Amino acid sequence: MVIYGVALLSFCMLVGVFAGDLLGQLLGVQANVGGVGIAMLLLIYLTSLQDSRLHLGSPTRSGIHFWSAMYIPIVVAMAAKQNVIAALSSGWMAIIAGVAAVVASFALIPVLARFRPGDRHDL
Amino acid sequence: MIFETLSNVLASNALITAFVFVGLLVWVSYWFSETLTRGRVHGSAIAIAIGLVLAYVGGKYTGGKNGLADFAMLSGVGVMGGAMFRDFAIVATAFGVHLDELKKAGVVGAASIVIGVVLSFAVGAIVAVAFGYTDAVSISTIGAGAATYIVGPVTGTALGAGSDVIALSVAAGLTKSVLVMVGTPLVAKRIGLDNPYSAMIYGGLMGTTSGVAAGLAATDPRLVPYGAMTATFYTGVGCLLAPSLLFLAVRSLS
Repeated sequence: MVIYGVALLSFCMLVGVFAGDLLGQLLGVQANVGGVGIAMLLLIYLTSLQDSRLHLGSPTRSGIHFWSAMYIPIVVAMAAKQNVIAALSSGWMAIIAGVAAVVASFALIPVLARFRPGDRHDL
Repeated sequence: MIFETLSNVLASNALITAFVFVGLLVWVSYWFSETLTRGRVHGSAIAIAIGLVLAYVGGKYTGGKNGLADFAMLSGVGVMGGAMFRDFAIVATAFGVHLDELKKAGVVGAASIVIGVVLSFAVGAIVAVAFGYTDAVSISTIGAGAATYIVGPVTGTALGAGSDVIALSVAAGLTKSVLVMVGTPLVAKRIGLDNPYSAMIYGGLMGTTSGVAAGLAATDPRLVPYGAMTATFYTGVGCLLAPSLLFLAVRSLS
């Protein structure tokens, strides 16, 4: 059943966000620490169990695949609701700070990627 | 009368309206991609760019904070593009991720988060100093904003910064996230962003979940889960470091 997949995905997200909130409170931070990441790890873990304990039928998988495929349209909607005006209208300092942070971070990616262990596995 | 009825239907079924609207937007973008750029510019990159332009138009026209979603008829765009559905879809992309790839990036991926927070904070703080800020609280708040637009206000509130400085930190974070969305597909080749390993480092260094989400979608959707995995820890680490260690470092220097 498709709903099994959607329910499994939703369950993973709720557990992850809950754990992220708890982690944030434990650390004394007013933010969710890694909730989505924890949810992703949980989903990977649970779906990799399928051969033994938790069997995922094809409709169940399609319930998860649907939301995975909706990712780009959701990101397009997200772009369309950004406060672009605020980003562009509050003066040069904010813009320069944001741009400089991005440029510095981009520049560091190839540097860190050099510490690559093992072989190259392209997708 | 017909127009009034139609706008009522669209507004009261906002999320469904958003599905049609985004569907059309994506269709137009892929058409542009194929005919005007012969597939050289990714359709989703064009869709995201058009989305940002429309957000600007929406903000200009309505004076609101939610871009296009401030039009009553398009309020569903705000629901569809809100944090709930965004995070839900990001989690779904993890389905089919290779655990080995995650493990391989383990230590460097985790280190990239801390390095990313410190780097963005430092760059933002230097810009603040260059623009004449001298007090440690304002410098730290603006530095934190250069991390993400959530770290900025969280840090500013914790340190007791003025609301004008907090607003600037949000603007710095928003600029960062918009630029990451637009810039990633343009520089992807040059910075070697073409495999899960560098995608995890990218997520850790950039940290803005929305920027990373859109940037990777426009570059190679298969990389999304890897970048999102590290990016999702960034804001938490930023909220941890910026008002504490990093603020103390700024205060000892100023």
